[in-house]
Amino acid sequence: MKSSKDIAELLDEPACEHNKKEKSGCSKPKPGSAAGGCAFDGAQIALLPIADVAHIVHGPIACAGSSWDNRGTRSSGAQLYRIGMTTDLTEQDVIMGRSEKRLFHAIKQAVETYQPPAVFVYNTCVPALVGDDINAICKSAAERWGVPVVPIDCAGFYGTKNLGNRIAGDAMVNQVIGTRDPDPAPQHLAPPGVKIHDVNLIGEYNIAGEFWHVLPLLDEMGLRVLCTLSGDARFHEVQTMHKAEVNMMVCSKAMVNVARRLNKEYGTPWFEGSFYGITDTSQALRDFARVIDDPDLTARTEAIVAREEARIRAELAPWKERLSGKRVLLFTGGVKSWSVISALQDLGMVVVATGTKKSTEEDKARIRELMGEDTLMIEDGSPKALLKIVRDYKADILIAGGRNMYTALKARIPFLDINQEREFGYEGYQGMLELVRQLALTLESPVWEAVRAPAPWKAHKPAARTANDESIANARAA
Amino acid sequence: MAEIVKRNKALSVSPLKASQPMGGSLACLGFDRAMPMLHGSQGCTAFAKVFFVRHFREPIPLQTTAMDQASSVLGADENVIEGIKAIAEKSNPALIMVLTTGLAETQGADVHRNVREFRAKYPEYEHIAVVAVNTPDFTGCVETGYAAAIYELINALVPNAGDAPGKPGDRQRQINVLVSPMLTPGDLEALRHLIEQFNLRPLILPDLSESLDGCLTDDEFSPVTIGGTSVSEVYTLGEAKATLVIGPSLRKAGELLEQRTGVTTHYFDHLYGLAANDALVALLAELSEMPVPSIIERQRSQLQDAMLDTHFMLGQLRIAIAADPDQLNAFAQFVTGMGAEVVVAISAANAPILTQIPVSSVKIGDLEDLEQLAKESKAQLIIGNSHAAASAERLGVPILRAGFPLYDIIGGYQKTWIGYRGSRQALFDLANLVINFAHEEIDPYYSPYAQKPADEAQGHLSCH
Repeated sequence: MKSSKDIAELLDEPACEHNKKEKSGCSKPKPGSAAGGCAFDGAQIALLPIADVAHIVHGPIACAGSSWDNRGTRSSGAQLYRIGMTTDLTEQDVIMGRSEKRLFHAIKQAVETYQPPAVFVYNTCVPALVGDDINAICKSAAERWGVPVVPIDCAGFYGTKNLGNRIAGDAMVNQVIGTRDPDPAPQHLAPPGVKIHDVNLIGEYNIAGEFWHVLPLLDEMGLRVLCTLSGDARFHEVQTMHKAEVNMMVCSKAMVNVARRLNKEYGTPWFEGSFYGITDTSQALRDFARVIDDPDLTARTEAIVAREEARIRAELAPWKERLSGKRVLLFTGGVKSWSVISALQDLGMVVVATGTKKSTEEDKARIRELMGEDTLMIEDGSPKALLKIVRDYKADILIAGGRNMYTALKARIPFLDINQEREFGYEGYQGMLELVRQLALTLESPVWEAVRAPAPWKAHKPAARTANDESIANARAA
Repeated sequence: MAEIVKRNKALSVSPLKASQPMGGSLACLGFDRAMPMLHGSQGCTAFAKVFFVRHFREPIPLQTTAMDQASSVLGADENVIEGIKAIAEKSNPALIMVLTTGLAETQGADVHRNVREFRAKYPEYEHIAVVAVNTPDFTGCVETGYAAAIYELINALVPNAGDAPGKPGDRQRQINVLVSPMLTPGDLEALRHLIEQFNLRPLILPDLSESLDGCLTDDEFSPVTIGGTSVSEVYTLGEAKATLVIGPSLRKAGELLEQRTGVTTHYFDHLYGLAANDALVALLAELSEMPVPSIIERQRSQLQDAMLDTHFMLGQLRIAIAADPDQLNAFAQFVTGMGAEVVVAISAANAPILTQIPVSSVKIGDLEDLEQLAKESKAQLIIGNSHAAASAERLGVPILRAGFPLYDIIGGYQKTWIGYRGSRQALFDLANLVINFAHEEIDPYYSPYAQKPADEAQGHLSCH
């Protein structure tokens, strides 16, 4: 089990804006009225996309049994990460103290059956509480079977999902990054005159394969992505992350400790960015060029940005007509808020309110800059509060994470899922096309009218109040 | 009698099993205005919630005692007591069910004492039923957790026959029905309808068809379940004419209810196929003293006709099944009755019923076991949950999706398997899966003289 001191240190993240003020994202949960995952959940989400690793969850069935193969993240090759593995501890294991032995044999079984380049072992509540020494087990298993075995000590009760992300990041920096040098730069594959630069992306999960919209552009710029932590990553890539010239923190602050520590320990500069929306995608590409500071690269980047923006704006034009002026209630965590706002504004949509529960002061300043001073910032994300805002601000659509989907649908409100379980990729210039397609699909669907109208034999009774009450009333009057 | 082969490997790969707290929560969700609260760390609840949301595509009420470092080590009594209080205060539910997890049980939590302490400390919430259940995830599976929850609920809420105001038979038309988690909300609707056709009033316990049937309600949002068995009706169980118990896992709960109330109890292992439904219909006719309605007789003939039609596809079909014990038994009996052969039977956990399954052996195991054994025994069809779809894909055989969770299809929770009509449709579905695939294909032959592009032949060859 981690000591309270270790946990306190992880909670103190100097690169996180919340550190200076109230740590809302990391605050103590309240029994009986808590939501969201635990530290194990966070750690597993952060690392599971590393596709060729055997991810073993050490604990009884609840931790892995209901969470394995549950993410929209995709791999271009290895599929081992989609196989759920757990020691599935039994009562006898717990009482007789046999769980360590079971773990040791479990690692052996995983190594022999699947020959992974590495094994990650996730500690959970029960073994943490009974005092399994997973560090020692992993060490001796690594020596015995000749494969790196990385303990991730992330029992659920240590804290929130956010803390789990950091535990995962810390484990990578402490135990994996820097254990191998990258392959020589494949300069012979580059067009003449293009110098290859090495970069990393941290916090990019390749949901639904959306990073594959962006990667070809990075290739064209002459950037070799050593590793994306952790979407479509391989263990051997993670090992080489210390040699990048620049790190991009994508979208989420969840693994900001990785960027900060790589900067401190290897001097790698980092910047924050997002690939959601035209404006932000261009900004991210330019930031790579700016930090690397190679005049050739800068020129190439500007040419790519100009070409891609012109192309996508032309393709979006007909969609923009259909979506322009539609009112959106956006409810996401943290940095995603402002990055998605700019994507929606690129489409001429009106963001009437946005969630800021996990946002930092800096995020909020950017939101004000984008949306004006009197923007409604939502702190209370309860379903009731969200529905009220949809009504009061006459929103046409709720854009939020999957867990709010049925809240919206039950209230007969169009919905777009932008969290990690979704099945569509919205990143990059090309992702905007998918975004508009999905937005139009739900907004323009005839089902809304059908579900809002009362049954014919009950026509005298008013239907549930909806955001479109007036429009329905108007339609009837007409 | 089937031999039970226990787990013999350290690592569970592609688990079939879901946890006891999930099963307990599921049982609780079948009561009206109920809130399950898992006593453990936040993740126990978050994972369970996502699991249910993906399966039912509904908002799921589920709370947590949110154990942290300090309470895990120093004791979490306050988390339970204050957690119950917070829910009582905020949501005013009819029922709060406190379900333990591996963490709480390992720590040595005593949730039954916690509930007594809650009662003493907050007498103002006396009207809210609170039931504590031990459901550590290091033993059992969904089905056992569900059964434990029903047992404890009866134990906590049903008075002894002597102390109750009513007596068996006071409610002449009421039939209590205890149902195992193998029955979907769609099954429960069919069962209710069937019983009502005999002019009887079923009291289904728990009734997921009223809470998780995918119904667009006028209430937009509710923190607790909307619909399900009313808790106040639980107090009338002792006045019914008879009790039906569907599913071997609920035998203990049925026996407790019978012992408490004296209401005559009838046990059914499952309601798949002709024989099982004949037994049920006959009993209902007897209890109601009514003739079997002609529409039911017609459905019976339709099932018989379907059995004739589909026996061509299902006869000798080699089937591999992975499920919790009740459902494993039900499917095995059902398809065996059609002439199919169950070549692999994987159960998530052990249970007494397993020895009675018509197979040579039952393996307590995971989906890796399913895959390996199915390969060895050349299974032609898989019956299992959505996770097993990947196994079926790798094996190159079709899958009939059943059980928990079903996340890659829409409406799986609503499929009706039971009754004459449900059984008929299940036969059609099984037959359609194999109608084109169950026979051995002849490999293509490529004539070297044919005028075909080279890459096309290559492409074909690489497929085999």
